[in-house]
Amino acid sequence: MTTGNDFAVVLFESVSHALGAEKIVKGSGIGCKLIHVPRHLSSDCGICLRFHAADRERVEALLRGKLHFFEIKLL
Amino acid sequence: MKTIYLDNAATSFPKPEAMLSAMTAYQRNVGANPGRSGHGLSIDAGRIICEARESLALLFHVEDPLRIVLTKNSTEALNIALQGGLRPGDHVITSGMEHNSVMRPLRFLEGRGVELSVVPCSPRGEMDPEDLKKVLRKNTRIVVVTHASNVTGTILPVEAIGELLQDRPDVMFCVDAAQTAGALPIDVEKMNIDLLAFTGHKSLFGPQGTGGLYIREGLDQRIAPLMMGGTGSRSEFEEQPEFMPDRYESGTPNTIGIAGLGAGVSFVLEQTVEAVRAREEELASRFLAGLQDLRDEVILYGPQDASRQTAVVSFNIKNVTSSDAADYFEEQRGILCRPGLHCAPSAHRTIGTFPRGTVRFSFGFFNTQQEVDDACEALRELVKRKGKPGS
Ligand SMILES: Cc1ncc(COP(=O)(O)O)c(C=O)c1O
Repeated sequence: MTTGNDFAVVLFESVSHALGAEKIVKGSGIGCKLIHVPRHLSSDCGICLRFHAADRERVEALLRGKLHFFEIKLL
Repeated sequence: MKTIYLDNAATSFPKPEAMLSAMTAYQRNVGANPGRSGHGLSIDAGRIICEARESLALLFHVEDPLRIVLTKNSTEALNIALQGGLRPGDHVITSGMEHNSVMRPLRFLEGRGVELSVVPCSPRGEMDPEDLKKVLRKNTRIVVVTHASNVTGTILPVEAIGELLQDRPDVMFCVDAAQTAGALPIDVEKMNIDLLAFTGHKSLFGPQGTGGLYIREGLDQRIAPLMMGGTGSRSEFEEQPEFMPDRYESGTPNTIGIAGLGAGVSFVLEQTVEAVRAREEELASRFLAGLQDLRDEVILYGPQDASRQTAVVSFNIKNVTSSDAADYFEEQRGILCRPGLHCAPSAHRTIGTFPRGTVRFSFGFFNTQQEVDDACEALRELVKRKGKPGS
């Protein structure tokens, strides 16, 4: 079970993708924030989109088919 | 004396205020390197680039903005398409009205074993798509044509060419839209354009040093990047990323320029391309009409029909070199124009003005009817000055 304090992130292949996703997710009223990719998830220097884990299914449904992303991970 | 700028085909001037303020706002308030970190200013810089890409996608009817690679001008875009897309043994077709940013890469590639066909155009710069059809070969890989000539303004039949290439999915259709992006409607779907090279500093009202290349989905594997390096993405790998647009966008981008380009494109979208076109067509039409009584002394090139050309008009005055005419226009009338060959010797051969060249007046969105009338008056004056007809 996830509580309101748990976060998840979507990982992308580039900043362009992350910015595109932010627009889509924010646009549908779901709170989110672009942050540095935590080191334990990837050694890449990019950014990822953080949101409340409770919104995971909605975020996934919003992005799927619209914008390529690597994966969604719980923090 | 006030200056009348009639060199918009070289670069548009002046630019919309919004373009200038977008550039200063970026440098004053943002300034960071986009996509190289996750801090707020870096993300803001990335957002500016994202928005510019989205506006461009809207303008050209591109569904996925990430299919647009940002470059420093259309020359770089054309070099990616041509040098990246052609191998020895491939065949490429172009028109007889091209700029050197198409002809020079093609002549270079010809020296490396690429076969080149140049479809002849009429003395007015017009091309019959049937002539292009005739030179298609089994190994044709790219057809590259300018959307409109920078010498005569002649609009080439891009839609018809796109149509006739429909049954050749192995041929990539590349359009040089340097003269038309922002000035004429462009729809990459309707026109079946696979590769669209555009420059930012002409009718898109961006600064110099901006441009781009649209690459249709599925074609990037057929086009090798010309430059490789840091992209801010996939930093753990020493190989160039394969995905768009990073595959073709190495090194820190021209963010301040792209900020200006984005604002310029937004300006075009607000005005609408149709309104820009209507205004420029009216200016060109007024200029052509204003020269009617000088037809014995002034030789006009191109279609001489504003509906079939951009707001670019080339002419010569009998017994006056193009450079002398340009000097006269500037010194006596404050008119800034461009004489000579306009980086397009091939087009000048087609219209019969090589190596003499022409005087080119190119009108833009910010020119006024009064300026067009002043330009006609200046021509009339120069004709009068040089003496009686035939002298
Ligand atoms: C038809 C055409 N193609 C290509 C170019 C090259 O544009 P740029 O110098 O911005 O690369 C120009 C402009 O000079 C042009 O008029």
